[in-house]
Amino acid sequence: MSFMDILALIIPAAIVSAAPLIFTALGGVFSERSGVVNIGLEGLMLFGAFTGAVTIYYGEQLGLNGAAPWVSFIVAMIVGAMLASIHALASITLKADQVVSGVALNFLAAGLAIFLTKKIFNAGQTPVISERISKSDIPFLSDIPLIGKLFFSNAYLTSYVAVGVALIVWYVLYKTPFGLRLRSVGEHPMAADTMGINVTKVRYIGVLLSGALAGLGGAVYVASISGNFTHSTITGQGFMALAAMIFGKWHPLGALGAALFFGLAQAISISGSHIPFLQDIPKVFLLIAPYVLTILALAGLVGRADAPKALGTPYEKGKR
Amino acid sequence: MQNKNNKMKLLVPLVSVFLGLLIGGIIMLVSGYKPIEAYVALFQGMFGGPYYIGETIRQMSPLILSGLAVAFAFRTGLFNIGVEGQLLVGWLAAVYVGVTVDAPAIVHIPLAILAAALAGALWGAVPGILKARFKVHEVITTIMMNYIALYTTNEIIRSFLLAPGERTENVKESASLASPFLQSITEYSTLHYGIIVALIAAVIMWFLLWRTTMGYELRAVGFNQHASQYAGINVSKNIVLSMAISGAFAGIAGSMEGLGTYQYMTINAAFTGVGFDGIAVALLGANSAIGVVLGAALFGGLKIGALNMQSIAGVPTELVGVVIALIIFFVACSYIVHWLMNRVSKGGKI
Repeated sequence: MSFMDILALIIPAAIVSAAPLIFTALGGVFSERSGVVNIGLEGLMLFGAFTGAVTIYYGEQLGLNGAAPWVSFIVAMIVGAMLASIHALASITLKADQVVSGVALNFLAAGLAIFLTKKIFNAGQTPVISERISKSDIPFLSDIPLIGKLFFSNAYLTSYVAVGVALIVWYVLYKTPFGLRLRSVGEHPMAADTMGINVTKVRYIGVLLSGALAGLGGAVYVASISGNFTHSTITGQGFMALAAMIFGKWHPLGALGAALFFGLAQAISISGSHIPFLQDIPKVFLLIAPYVLTILALAGLVGRADAPKALGTPYEKGKR
Repeated sequence: MQNKNNKMKLLVPLVSVFLGLLIGGIIMLVSGYKPIEAYVALFQGMFGGPYYIGETIRQMSPLILSGLAVAFAFRTGLFNIGVEGQLLVGWLAAVYVGVTVDAPAIVHIPLAILAAALAGALWGAVPGILKARFKVHEVITTIMMNYIALYTTNEIIRSFLLAPGERTENVKESASLASPFLQSITEYSTLHYGIIVALIAAVIMWFLLWRTTMGYELRAVGFNQHASQYAGINVSKNIVLSMAISGAFAGIAGSMEGLGTYQYMTINAAFTGVGFDGIAVALLGANSAIGVVLGAALFGGLKIGALNMQSIAGVPTELVGVVIALIIFFVACSYIVHWLMNRVSKGGKI
């Protein structure tokens, strides 16, 4: 097996497993940059996966065919935002502990999704969908020597959308007035308030966007990887996205890079047994790599990662 | 003032439980189930006979301990979401001692539980050290440590302790908490002596926090780190200590599963959920030892009763998960209850 063959095996797989993480991590960036901790990403992603699986299934019945997954993405984003509004209400308006509210959201999403699955389908899982996002070569780009084969052939379109969305999020956060407001609310809400920015409103938008993107991440996971929703479809991907966001230092492009890297670790842990020099490494090291790296990153051993200053503290007008 | 605070402490959980069950009932009604019938079946499944009571108490034991773990860290101002991981390493340590050591029961059981406590304490101390030394937020590190624990314990079982059926051998009889006596008086439920361990742990937590200098320092750090520092309390040491003790409780919770309920450890595809339920228990119990025991009784009972609810009223067991989530939301949003009570007590002037 030549080195190129190995790369051709791993890199497309890495890009595929990274896409749902990228979307969800970008959601995390919106929420946390506005100053609201979102441990609930896991639950939001889980509910997005459930919504995606159900919408695609019924979309197929209605004859949407290839469009069904794309419709499901929109539905999952709306539902994700709705679910996140509970977290927003609790942690922004009612000033609940943001971590506790996020944990409760995870419980709620998991319970509700499986409750509804059992209610609707009378079984522990949704039917397997037939209309998945199909793998395709990107025209022209896949003909580039070397790179084309690795990055642009035999991959899902959603992966490129994910990279595109990361660039858009970067632009929105760093090049638009809204982005400046969002970041200022997360760093120093009182200063932002004094300048006439509506802290509550901006934070709500941040949390709702995080719900929409995490929901999208879950639906993409179903449409490209799992094919249906069960209780074990989303087990930790949301937390891994949270880790990617932190490892990426709360920066959209950093989160993108970290998610791709974690995707790579997952791809290697799945197909590592076929690869000569990775066969001898026990799988467990690859499985825990994303988590260990995140801890090291936070400890400042992989460059300092600073959270937004006001992260986790509810804003109270007039409080010194 | 003190009196009013005590009233609020009781009122918030009670109102939250009521609202949680109410909305759970509405969800059932909307999805076409019969809420009254379902709740009757649920409560019968909790304590409607010796067997059910036995099962509820059995379910309580690990929940009390994981609740104590979360509550203990909370008292020092730390949020230990890593109970799940500490529980897994504790479970593994208890089973390892249970399988490999030969000793009379009087030595073997305490030794296995101690091993579990030690493993959990070490696993909990890591985020504590990271917090004290590098100022890394414990919420993130404990979540990461959960996954590291899940994959590592699985790998250790696979490599060193594997028995047929993706699990370890059973622990030796001398390390087992199983009790034919308790089983016989509860119509052969799976009740074991673990509940005694859990209740002793609750007393220990109360004693440590309220009757020792160490507990005073831990609570002081929880109230105000800067003031404690100024008063000469070593904040870093207390953070590590608090996480280690919290981890020890979590580790013992794992030994309940390893020595009591299952008598072995499986290769876990996903988390047990007991550690996360501990968060709910601690919140509902307002982080006090007695509150944790009561909270564990309620949530443990709900989990057991859910099985009966499913078989009689046809409502999926997951409804209970939804109700528990709602209860946490309401407890977390107690700000609104406090705010309302304040307004009302000021003569209704809003």
